[in-house]
Amino acid sequence: MDINYTPEELAFRDEVRAFLDEKLPKDIASKVKNSQHLGKEDTIRWQKILNEKGWMAMHWPTEHGGTGWSPIQKHIFEEECAEYGAPTVLPFGVNMVAPVLIKFGTDEQKQKYLPPILNSDVWWCQGYSEPGAGSDLAGLKTKAVREGDHYVVNGQKTWTTLGQHADWIFCLVRTDPNAKKQEGISFLLIDMETPGITVRPLITLDGEHEVNEVFFDDVKVPVENLVGEENKGWTCAKYLLTFERTGIAGVGQSKAALKHLKEVARKVQQNGKPLIEDPLFRNRLADVEMELMALEMTNLRTVAAAQAGGVPGAESSFLKIMGTELRQEITDLFRRAAGPYAQPFLPETFDADYDGEMVGPDFANSVSTKYFNMRKLSIFGGSNEIQKNIIAKMILGL
Amino acid sequence: MDFKLSDEQRMLEETVGRLVRDGYPFDVREKARTSELGFSKEMWQQFAELGLLGVPFSEDFGGFNGGGPELMVVAEGFGRGLVLEPYLATVVLSGTLINALGSDSQKEALISAIVGGELRLALAAYEPEGRYDHTHVATTAEKSGDGYVISGSKAVVLHGDSADKLVVIARTAGNANDRNGLSAFVVDAAAEGVSRRGYETIDGLHAAEISLNKAPAELLGEEGNAIDALEKSLALGIVALCAEATGAMEVACDHTLNYIKERQQFGVPIGKFQALQHRMVEMRMELEKARSMTILAACSLELSAPVCAKRLAAAKAIIGKSGRKVAEEAIQLHGGMGMMEETAVSHYAKRIVMIDHQLGDLGYHMQQLENLLDVDEDAA
Repeated sequence: MDINYTPEELAFRDEVRAFLDEKLPKDIASKVKNSQHLGKEDTIRWQKILNEKGWMAMHWPTEHGGTGWSPIQKHIFEEECAEYGAPTVLPFGVNMVAPVLIKFGTDEQKQKYLPPILNSDVWWCQGYSEPGAGSDLAGLKTKAVREGDHYVVNGQKTWTTLGQHADWIFCLVRTDPNAKKQEGISFLLIDMETPGITVRPLITLDGEHEVNEVFFDDVKVPVENLVGEENKGWTCAKYLLTFERTGIAGVGQSKAALKHLKEVARKVQQNGKPLIEDPLFRNRLADVEMELMALEMTNLRTVAAAQAGGVPGAESSFLKIMGTELRQEITDLFRRAAGPYAQPFLPETFDADYDGEMVGPDFANSVSTKYFNMRKLSIFGGSNEIQKNIIAKMILGL
Repeated sequence: MDFKLSDEQRMLEETVGRLVRDGYPFDVREKARTSELGFSKEMWQQFAELGLLGVPFSEDFGGFNGGGPELMVVAEGFGRGLVLEPYLATVVLSGTLINALGSDSQKEALISAIVGGELRLALAAYEPEGRYDHTHVATTAEKSGDGYVISGSKAVVLHGDSADKLVVIARTAGNANDRNGLSAFVVDAAAEGVSRRGYETIDGLHAAEISLNKAPAELLGEEGNAIDALEKSLALGIVALCAEATGAMEVACDHTLNYIKERQQFGVPIGKFQALQHRMVEMRMELEKARSMTILAACSLELSAPVCAKRLAAAKAIIGKSGRKVAEEAIQLHGGMGMMEETAVSHYAKRIVMIDHQLGDLGYHMQQLENLLDVDEDAA
């Protein structure tokens, strides 16, 4: 038993650090660290840099251009990226639709879709949730009816993250209305330029436009855009949900955030003393610190088990719950660190070009928007309650 | 990075696992617990025969040369069986301190006797006014002839009622709470000037309040310089307690899961109810955290002092926090049966909660962690 990195793993970490030192654009890292808006262009610029290095597709097999990294290497990479303020790679193309294509797609589909994903030339979004199908995803109603060499799609998707930028959407649609819930669903790729598609912004409680509604009105989709067999789309969906997600615990993000929180708490003054010396605040910091140590070790145990050949299945549900609760807790402490200055809402200051005066301490402008934005963590990707249901069923046999 | 046990560690795990499975069923434990001694001398002899009493000591004394991970493996197994014998007191706390400080002849005499099962010890460190602070030592030792005599009071000395000898921490210089000036001594428990008030603890172990009135004592190591060795032994004790708690929490979770699968109400097993399923999931999540932190603690003893101290404080604090949740939920999900002495899970709950009261509780260790917040983990 040895919980330390091997010399090879340490050498890999040095390689990652050298790469980030050299290649991560300073303006992008500065936006991430200062919680300013990242544009579509920023994300694409960074992802293309990753692709040049051959590091875009962590989870793909090497024959399709994946890195071939071990789970521990992936963990190291994600942690270092978070520490350096690299933008999170958008998962919808590279980590969601691509693994499904690699597993279930035809050769033609792989050739057509994978290279532009690798080079971030095509922006994908996810069409799963519907107004009436959230946790009960299989209750989805958007229907696709086969007419000759096309499907005609009608219905509505919602919570479509960054759909306003997307070129393509991968959708779960109902192709057999008479089959049992899970059995009449198909996995369909749809060009967002197709006539009949309308994207409407949804503004979230932090004032941001991150998610959208997507309406389908007699949208004609060629049958060759079907992935896998008709009515077997639930298999693709399940595969995607259990697909290896080393980063689900968000250890890197939490470590970087806690480090920043401590810096802030050393600067902010309360009764003539740094906030970090306030007994109550310090106690909560200590609590987050020890919970983060426990999360990191639990994550590493899962990662190491994956390395040894065990497939992280429902165990990742533990990590999702623990990791999201901790990230949310840290945003709560940031809000408290700002004190009364948690209140001003000045969205214009999130723009990197903003050169006007700030209100209150610099860090305070984003604490409340972030706190409210991060409530999403325990809701999306299978709410934390759904994760508990999964553990109860899959691990505990209840 | 590798979380797998070595072959030797796995053999140790199997040895302890078999012993607990075969030799420690609940009714046998109950018989030992309710005996006057509170544990079984025959079981202690089995520990000796299996080599368990030598785990942290060198091969010269018939030991195993084990460190944190080896003690973790043993203590976790003991936790699964709620082992009553004075392993923590004799081997982990007192034995390792003698091993660190004692002269060759003292070690030859005492460690060999521990490994052979002929000598049981207790560590008399904490005092009635000192709570969990091991530097709060008002007990004093002064030279007398060739040796020393000790006077003072020691509190809740684990297995102090039945120990053959006591390892006593006493002050040879300085004031209470000074780190310097602490010395370690061996005191014969039957010596004149030693009076013990033994009692049972709520979790079925035994302890004693000990008064020393000019009790004759033999110095271990250098006078006034015991603090570093003492803290190393306490660190090993923390690893052992974390591991014991993890083993006990695992069984408490298993018993609870079995119970909610069997117990029928409203015509279905109560484990069908989502409210209980989620609570059961949360118990398991706490168990995973406890296990993670136990591994972290066990593997950190050789690191730089601040990093080691930080991790141990975090580990023991998590054990206190998670342990309480598991213990309380185990009782709650068992309903009225969880309240019964005849139900094994109640004994697991009691031990898990009482572990928080040994070698520093949640509040104490969070305070330690707060003092170490600036220690950079990556410096490890």
